[in-house]
Amino acid sequence: MALTDEQIERYSRHIILKEVGAKGQRKLLNAKVLIVGAGGLGAPAAMYLAAAGVGTIGIVDADDVDLSNLQRQIIHQTADIGKAKVKSAKETINAMNPDVTVNTYREFLTSENIMDIIKDYDFIIDGTDNFPAKFLINDACVMAKKPFSHAGIIRFKGQLMTYVPGEGPCYRCVFKNPPPKDAVPTCKQAGVIGAMGGVIGSLQAMEAIKYITGVGKLLTGYLLTYDAINQEFHKIKLPSNTDGCAVCGSHPTITELIDYEQVECTDK
Amino acid sequence: MEIEGIKIDDTVDITDKVCPLTFVKAKVAIDELDDGEVIAIRMNDGEPVQNVPRSIKEEGHQILKLVNNEDGTYNLIVKKVEE
Repeated sequence: MALTDEQIERYSRHIILKEVGAKGQRKLLNAKVLIVGAGGLGAPAAMYLAAAGVGTIGIVDADDVDLSNLQRQIIHQTADIGKAKVKSAKETINAMNPDVTVNTYREFLTSENIMDIIKDYDFIIDGTDNFPAKFLINDACVMAKKPFSHAGIIRFKGQLMTYVPGEGPCYRCVFKNPPPKDAVPTCKQAGVIGAMGGVIGSLQAMEAIKYITGVGKLLTGYLLTYDAINQEFHKIKLPSNTDGCAVCGSHPTITELIDYEQVECTDK
Repeated sequence: MEIEGIKIDDTVDITDKVCPLTFVKAKVAIDELDDGEVIAIRMNDGEPVQNVPRSIKEEGHQILKLVNNEDGTYNLIVKKVEE
């Protein structure tokens, strides 16, 4: 479908780019991206993708907006406290860009529902805050052959990597299994600097936009880490041999999705 | 249609836009063409004539002719070149 005059003006700074053009913008308008978690990572990712004109954005989150979310989850406002995060996120996106259709899933992802939810999307953004969800998203995306962006943030640190089927290691290749209980604090316990979600979530949005438009190189086969204390980024090359991986290797031992136990916070 | 003997496949009028939307509207129209097709871009004298042809050239397309319509507008005849 041809771009309308209004779309040409709204997306003019994209269209001007030689690498994007009208064709790239039409790809964005036709794309479907699923964001798991409307939190520190998902909020900026969803907002940049909505502003960019990604035509369909799905948002998965079972929680309601809490006062303590607002220090970093910029898609929600003070007046949204108590509202379902998916509803609050949808309202922000609708107000920002009428070109975007928002699908909401007010539920936790499980081995039961994840395949059905991800099946219609072109790219998935993992904006979750816990290891069971991260491994579930990884395994489901490997099995369904869906590209996704992994990210995690804590304190003054963040990291992300991108999985594209057949083009490099998956999250499980690198991290094998969820860490033992209490080995890693959650960001509820440890704290996180609010702008960290903005840095890393925006990088996830950038990965999605580049995947959709086919521009440049993705973080496949690399882990990008960010240390805000020292203002340092490191791009770490990951092992390229994925043969031995339990889920994406040539002889996978994980052939069904696993619901790892959600480790409860114990305050220290 | 033809302009000064050149066969034109498509036209776009950017006289209703100002910079940078002049170039953006022209670029969108060029993006819709097939390789080798020719478009006539009608633009105002002044800033558009100064800048739009240069930007289109930078995109790698071929400028065939700039025709003065003697009414304060020009027709820029461009041949699309795919990379």
